[in-house]
Amino acid sequence: MEYSEKVMEHFRNPRNVGELENPDGVGKVGNPVCGDIMELYIKVDGGIITDAKFKTFGCGAAIATSSMVTELVKNKTIEDALKISNRAVAEALGGLPPIKMHCSVLAEEALKKALDDYRTRSAQSASGKAA
Amino acid sequence: MKKIYLDNAATTPTDRRVLEAMVPFFIEVYGNPSSLHAFGQEANHAIEDARYTLASCIGAKPEEIIFTSGGTESNNCAIKGVAYARHEKGNHIITSKIEHHAILEPCHFLEKQGFEVSYIPVDKYGLVDPADVEKAITERTILISIMHANNEIGTIQPIGEIGKIARGRGIYFHTDAVQTLGHIPIDVNELNVDILSASGHKLNGPKGVGILYVKKGIRMLPFMHGGDQEQQRRASTHNVPGIVGFGKAVELAKEEMGKEIEKLTSLRDTLFEGILSTIEFTHLNGHRTKRLPNNVNISIAYVEGESMILNLDMEGIACSTGSACTSSSLEPSHVLMAIGLPHELAHGSLRFSLGRQTSEDDIDYVLTVLPGTVTKLRSMSPLYKKEVK
Repeated sequence: MEYSEKVMEHFRNPRNVGELENPDGVGKVGNPVCGDIMELYIKVDGGIITDAKFKTFGCGAAIATSSMVTELVKNKTIEDALKISNRAVAEALGGLPPIKMHCSVLAEEALKKALDDYRTRSAQSASGKAA
Repeated sequence: MKKIYLDNAATTPTDRRVLEAMVPFFIEVYGNPSSLHAFGQEANHAIEDARYTLASCIGAKPEEIIFTSGGTESNNCAIKGVAYARHEKGNHIITSKIEHHAILEPCHFLEKQGFEVSYIPVDKYGLVDPADVEKAITERTILISIMHANNEIGTIQPIGEIGKIARGRGIYFHTDAVQTLGHIPIDVNELNVDILSASGHKLNGPKGVGILYVKKGIRMLPFMHGGDQEQQRRASTHNVPGIVGFGKAVELAKEEMGKEIEKLTSLRDTLFEGILSTIEFTHLNGHRTKRLPNNVNISIAYVEGESMILNLDMEGIACSTGSACTSSSLEPSHVLMAIGLPHELAHGSLRFSLGRQTSEDDIDYVLTVLPGTVTKLRSMSPLYKKEVK
């Protein structure tokens, strides 16, 4: 098994590590059994994702895919962000070893959850305002 | 950049003296030991010298040593060879939950062929209780196989006691000594073993050569069929340079064992005590004293093993992990699970295995670098954040 140079580059210098204060959406996925846990935070302004950060417990590929997904979503509309697939994350990293593809799936799931969370929150605050 | 190799349980560098002993057997003494001419006979004498060295190192007779291609072949041969030779007597095998895959997989294979296998659990230190082995024995038990020392956590098993039980019941007893030959004393008579596996490349010998000790009178079917080599117990042209190198490696290991045990034990203790005292939420896996002199296995909470390995590699330090990340099952090491570690600690394990070339400076360097690596990864870890809050 060997990682691409791009994976190693993101692993060595992960982008957007940390949490956001008052995030508009949070996606938490994974579990200790499989050895990967990802938390993804997004900030949304006017339907555009203006910031994203992550915290990850996991292998090299888990950290690199987390880093890449935060890069990919920034400045995207919610609709475009929903279209980011695990394959897109893996491709942006110059590919992943086959046994590490699940890490890209986890990154996609974290993103989907964060976006779902954002929509739930905005629906709640809209109905709150209406009431 | 410094380059520090602390993965000697995976493999060791070939000692230069071993290499020098091997070289003539590639280019000068290249005859086939089975040939009657002088070229062959000189090679034959060299493998018989190596056989004598190997035998005397473990208290065996030369004719009880079979040369193989390595630990995996020796283990496969022992498990399947005994199972097939003795299946009319019984179909039950006893082993432990923490054996190497080269034992567990042959056992799983045999289960599919109708054999029954009992996998004895271990305690939190990775120790097999001989009483548990005794309780598992049935009328149908034909083989007991327990490793001498574990490759991941270094725990040394009470082989002599288990062997005594097996002998008392007339059951063959095999031990996988791949991690111990040349590192701690082995006497097959004191250990009461009938069959023993070992490999050359774990003690600064070459890769691709191993032995199987088979006590006189033990019945085993051969694994390789072909020529009459090794008294028809293992066909195939002898790996003469490999066998010569293995002999030399054992000779050197035997000469230097006392000194090496003392040196490595001291470095081992400095390393794990240093880690435990400088990095919080760390835990030593395995037993503190019933442990290989070269093995340190630590669980570091809230960080994952592979990402630690990659970071340490960036600093020039080579070690290994029991994390699942390279296995397709995603399950962490079966050894760490068997000693009762929770998944997150099993995923956060690091194994440093020291070797002949390891120095005090190497250990100091690890102790300097590791805390920073752990801090960096913990700052990214969602698990650490929760604990600290």
